[in-house]
This record gives sequence, structure tokens and C-alpha cells, in this order.
Amino acid sequence: MIPITALETTANELMAKAAIEIPDDYLDGLRAAADVETGELSAFVLQAMLENYEAAKEDRRAMCADTGVPRWYVKIGNEARIEGGPVELEAALRRATAGATNSVPLRPNRVHPLWRTDHNNNCGINAPEIEYSFHPDADWVELTTVHKGGLFGSDYRMLFPGDGIDGIKKFFLDTLVAFGKRGLACQPAIVGIGIGGSKDTCMMLGKQAACLRTVGSHNPDPKIAALEDEFKELGNTIGMGAMGFMGSSMVVGCNIETGYCHTGGMPVSVHMFCLSSRRATARVLIDGRAEYRSDPQWFTDYMRRETVEWQPTSQPSRQSG
Amino acid sequence: MAANKPTLKTVRLTTPVEPADLAQLEIGNVVYLDGTIFTGREGVFKRAVHEGHGLPAPPEVIGNVNFHCSPAAARRDDGSYDIGAVTATASFRFAAWLDQWFEMSKCKVIIGKGGMTPDVYKKSFVPNEAVYLTTVGYGTGALLGRGIKAVKDVYWMDELGIAQAMWLFEVENFGPFLVESDLAGNSLFERENAKVAAGLDKVYEGLKPAIMSRYGETDDRKEELI
Repeated sequence: MIPITALETTANELMAKAAIEIPDDYLDGLRAAADVETGELSAFVLQAMLENYEAAKEDRRAMCADTGVPRWYVKIGNEARIEGGPVELEAALRRATAGATNSVPLRPNRVHPLWRTDHNNNCGINAPEIEYSFHPDADWVELTTVHKGGLFGSDYRMLFPGDGIDGIKKFFLDTLVAFGKRGLACQPAIVGIGIGGSKDTCMMLGKQAACLRTVGSHNPDPKIAALEDEFKELGNTIGMGAMGFMGSSMVVGCNIETGYCHTGGMPVSVHMFCLSSRRATARVLIDGRAEYRSDPQWFTDYMRRETVEWQPTSQPSRQSG
Repeated sequence: MAANKPTLKTVRLTTPVEPADLAQLEIGNVVYLDGTIFTGREGVFKRAVHEGHGLPAPPEVIGNVNFHCSPAAARRDDGSYDIGAVTATASFRFAAWLDQWFEMSKCKVIIGKGGMTPDVYKKSFVPNEAVYLTTVGYGTGALLGRGIKAVKDVYWMDELGIAQAMWLFEVENFGPFLVESDLAGNSLFERENAKVAAGLDKVYEGLKPAIMSRYGETDDRKEELI
């Protein structure tokens, strides 16, 4: 039985880590982009951001004041048992969200969509979101928090099989150009592309691809992995850099996730995880110990399974970043 | 570090700013500020302008530098505030309130995210002898947070909450910002947009048109989308 206090303590720590510490994979990706950036203004912006991450860590201060809309991803091992059950777990995650909003502090961004009511704690109706996935042959629970900004950089389009890769490229470029102007997407970004699924699944896959996979990771399908590299290159040849200034720093990484869709369609979503790509993960073990890391390892062979039955004997489920 | 090491001209200004301070600024200059600044975003504009409450304090108190921002902050038990990170919010949303806002506040510098349109600079900023500074990144929240030395006052906290209240900050070496619009109404973003736009046709070259058009690609709402 995993103690509920361990889950809540870990969740509190994750909220602060996500808000303050830029993940290493994104930092390395941004440094690589800065090394080849020739646009003077864009290069100035990247330099300021690199200094900003240092200031955040030194001061234990949130890296950006738009601390996004905190949300949770929970991966539950098939053998895991949580003290108090899922209702207690959700209560602990809500308490951690509210607590960290005051203690870090984060900006209380969450308001009622119509009445603009703000509880000053980032909690409310359907907030924070909590999404779940499961893992075979495991007795741990993994918590990931993502603090993604919410206004600019995501879009959805129903394409058709005849649109092909060209259609996806066009939509990808449209989204990057539209939201990249004046830097509204806060690029360079980790761009997540969801291809397929139902409309809601398509959005979910693209968002998870942006927020829950690391810079430099690849989809296990080699043809999709090649597309990820091609799309990253395409985004960086638009001629637009940070803040929409002339430059090459648009895409730090491109991650694609797929889902089977309606035979007549090819829905696509594009998401941009910004200069403050905030995420933090911990595995909480059965004895309450927490192992922290910045790679959520959310997408697994089990999650991407294609067959009716999962075949646990053929291979253990691999967690890939 | 970067292949092309930035060598942008850097200017440090003290608030309230004087006309001569602003006259020297050119688009693309880097600016740091010392002195007093006040925040404002939709909640403040709606209350001050739209609902007719006016400003909660006179220009002599709040100064003439207005920041489109709300901080990541928390109220301590003793009533003081813990200011964490500070960044701007997108400014184009506030254009409608601008003329009355300039008249009411007498502000000469607006700091925000993403700038306004060239029309707004010509119509509202230039006649009011005001410039627009953009934050950098966006998201140098920790650097800007460091620059805030004290919370001098907070207005309308009860009415608007932490994320919308009007904050009065004492700042030191507060920045970096970039001059987006100068006193003549020139725009850095417009200049850069034009440079990027010049290459866009080449980026899209060879991609076939979409199978189905989208509502919004034409202004004619009676046109069938196929």
C-alpha cells in the first residue's frame, strides 16, 4: 500500500520543481539552438532566457510569471494499491496544487470561464486536470505535473487521407507562422503533433507528445521518427526565431504520436510547449520513497499497443522518453 | 555562445521618465528601468475605464510607466507579499481601452508582451508621446522578479484578486526590455514580420493545397467550403 502522505509530499515537491527548474533535455536543446542562431535579436532573446533559467534556480523562483495551468498525469502500476484509493489520490493532488500556488508562489491563473471567479489556488471545476495511464507488472505510482501556458500555439484541423504528409506540413507551418509572429507561442518550443484518433484523442495525443516526451526522443516507428526530424528542420527553416524575430530558433524538438482514426479522415493537432517547458516526474514506491526525474516516460509500448491482447510474455513494456 | 554575439545598444532609465529619455530610444534598443512602475491588465482597465472608477491613485504616486502584467505572488501572514516571477501578458487585447487610459494615467511607457498594431501606435501612442517596450523571451520571469525590490502598494485586491489587481512596484535594474515602438510609432515587430514574410512563399513552395477549404479562409460566409 502506497501511503497517501508520500504521494501528497511528492506532489508538492514536483510542483516547485516544475515551476523553477528547466528540464535538462530542453536546456540542452535550447543551447544547441543558440549555438547556431545568427539572427542578432533572436540570439539576444535566447541569451536572456538562458540567464533567466539560472536566476530561477539560484533564487528558487518560478522561471516565468505565467505559471501556466498546472495539471497532473498519473501512471498507476497494475499491482499498485493507494491508501484511501483514487479519491484520496485526487484530493492529495488538488491540495498540492493549491498549496504550491501559495508556497512557490505560482500565479493563480485558474478562473471560472464566464464569471472569472478566482479561488487564488489554481483549483476549480475540472481543474487541475488529472489524466491516467496504467503500466503492467508494476506496484508503483508515477506522478507528473505539467505547467503549460494556455493561450497561443495550439490548433486542430480535420485533414483527409488525400492530404497526405503535404497536408500535415502545411497545417504545421500555418500554426507555427500564425502563432510565431511576435513570439506569441513563446518559441523556441517543443512541438507536439497528434495524428489520428478521435478529435479529442487527437488533441490529447499532440499535447502529451509536446509535454510528456523529451527533446531528442523519437517515436518507435522509424518512419514517424524520420518525420519528427524532418518537421523540426522544416520549422527551423521558416526564417523565424524567438519572439518572431528573423532567425532559425523555432523548434527545439518535434514529437509525433498517433492513434487509429476514422477511415475517411486524418485529424491532426499541433501544440507548442514554450520557452518555459515545465514538467517534473517522480515514481513513488510502495514504501513511500520518491525517485525524481525530468523525463516523464509517459508513452510506453503498452500504451502504444496495436493488438487486441497485450502480450506480456513477448516483451516487458519499455518506458521510452 | 551564440554564433552572432548580440551587440544591441543598452539604455538605463529612471522613472518617471522624461521626454528626453524617450527621444533617444530606437526600436531594438535594450532598456532597463529604476524607480516606480504600476501594473494593469483587463481587470484594471475594465474597472478604471469601462466601469468609470478612474485610477485608484494619482499619476504623481504611480508614476508614468505601466506594465501589462500580474505577478506570481502570495500574501504572507503579516499582510506583506512574496513576489516570485514577473512576466507580461499579451498587450493587443487592451487596445480598445488605450485612448482613455493614456488620458487618465498620463503614462508615457507601456511594457507588455507582443506589442500592438502599427495603427494603434500611430493613433494612440504617438499623439500621447508614449513608447512601447516589450518583455524578452517571453518569460524572463525570474530576472524580472529579481528586479522588483518592494511592493509599494496593491490596489483593488479585494475586487480583482492577485492575478488582476493593480500592483505598484519599486524596481531596480528591471529588465531586459526591447524598444518595440519609438516616439515616431515605428515597430520592431512589424519590421521583423516583413523580413520573415518575404521568405514564406519559398517555405510553402511545392505543398499541394488542402483537400477541403476551411471556414475563415475567406471572408465570404455564404461561400460553400469544398
